[in-house]
Amino acid sequence: MDLTVSDLTIARGGVPVLAGLGFVLEPGHALILRGPNGIGKTTLLRTIAGLQPPVSGRVTGAEDRIAYAAHADGIKPTLSVAENLRFWARVFGAGGIQPALEAFDLTGLSGRPAGSLSAGQKRRLGLARLLVTGRPVWVLDEPTVSLDTRAVAMFADAIRAHLAWGGSALIATHIDLGLEAEVLDVSPFRADLAQAAGADAFDEAFG
Amino acid sequence: MIALLLRDLRLAVRAGGGFGLGLAFFLIVTVMVPLAVGPQPALLASIAPGVLWLGALLACLLSLDRLLALDWEDGSLDLLATAPLPLEAVVTIKALAHWITTGLPLVLAAPALGVLLNLPGPGYLWLVISLAAGTPALSVIGTFGAALTVGLKRGGLLLSLLVLPLYVPTLIFGAEVARRGAVGMDTATPLLMLVGISAGALALLPFASAAVLRVNLR
Repeated sequence: MDLTVSDLTIARGGVPVLAGLGFVLEPGHALILRGPNGIGKTTLLRTIAGLQPPVSGRVTGAEDRIAYAAHADGIKPTLSVAENLRFWARVFGAGGIQPALEAFDLTGLSGRPAGSLSAGQKRRLGLARLLVTGRPVWVLDEPTVSLDTRAVAMFADAIRAHLAWGGSALIATHIDLGLEAEVLDVSPFRADLAQAAGADAFDEAFG
Repeated sequence: MIALLLRDLRLAVRAGGGFGLGLAFFLIVTVMVPLAVGPQPALLASIAPGVLWLGALLACLLSLDRLLALDWEDGSLDLLATAPLPLEAVVTIKALAHWITTGLPLVLAAPALGVLLNLPGPGYLWLVISLAAGTPALSVIGTFGAALTVGLKRGGLLLSLLVLPLYVPTLIFGAEVARRGAVGMDTATPLLMLVGISAGALALLPFASAAVLRVNLR
């Protein structure tokens, strides 16, 4: 099933940031989002993940199929690496955590409290969570922050395996992951800020 | 859902989880009341049910600001909102975990603290019954308050101001059950009101909490 985004307008803090955005993400494909800071990539990903409603337009094929990963990894420092991962595996009702631990080279760390991990190790744990969700569409917001080159390669391998399995990935990133992916630059979809500051925002504030 | 409950209970008993904090606060408040009031057994006996109820209520309030704020800070709440669990279930489980780690210990410890306040003999049973019936409402209402203030800097104080007025009906009827029980009067009416408040809060507030949380996550 495709993830289809059509004529989407999204807002951050009541101000439209992107308008008229549309794309189709087919199973087995990855789409890389690019654009300058503050353009609304995070807002777009949160809208697609269902965390906030769009101003207008439609997102179809996202319901209960998205695994979302953002800047915060949702890791509890007092739980061990394995306990953190097992919790998410049980919440999503998916399989075991061993393949996920191995894919991100966390097996040796599985008994350590997550609070004692380095930033890069925490990120790897956060990304390993994607594997235990069993969800087909990965929506990733800057997934490679604080990863070293070896971990980035691990992550790229995990994505390739996910795509080969029939999953898809929507990634906002600035580094080259070495994936055969389409690139979507969201800059042309920037909402007209002058217009937003006029009628729309005023109506929203006082309407 | 059980996974979330187990995780919250495990987090509570691990380092810095805050388990026992409410209980210790309850203990200290009830120990200090006789010191402040002075050695007057008759006076202590008459105020004991109210003091115990107020202490339990404040102890419940103490751990509320961590209830959702920690999950919000580390991003777990965003991830839970995109998980297969409905948010209504998430907030209900959170309230249940809060009750097990805070409310239940208070219920169990209250009789021991009743001795310190010279609570009359028949009052012990009714104190435990009233706390057992009333503390679930405190946890559920508190979760609603926590959902309202999640994401606010220094939201703890605002949370207290929002939640305390909502606790008033529970306090009135809960303390009334314990007071009537202590002096040997019929407790049926306030007890039914108390159970009604708890049942109503449990049935309705998770929906309100989840709705508020959805707005706050945007």
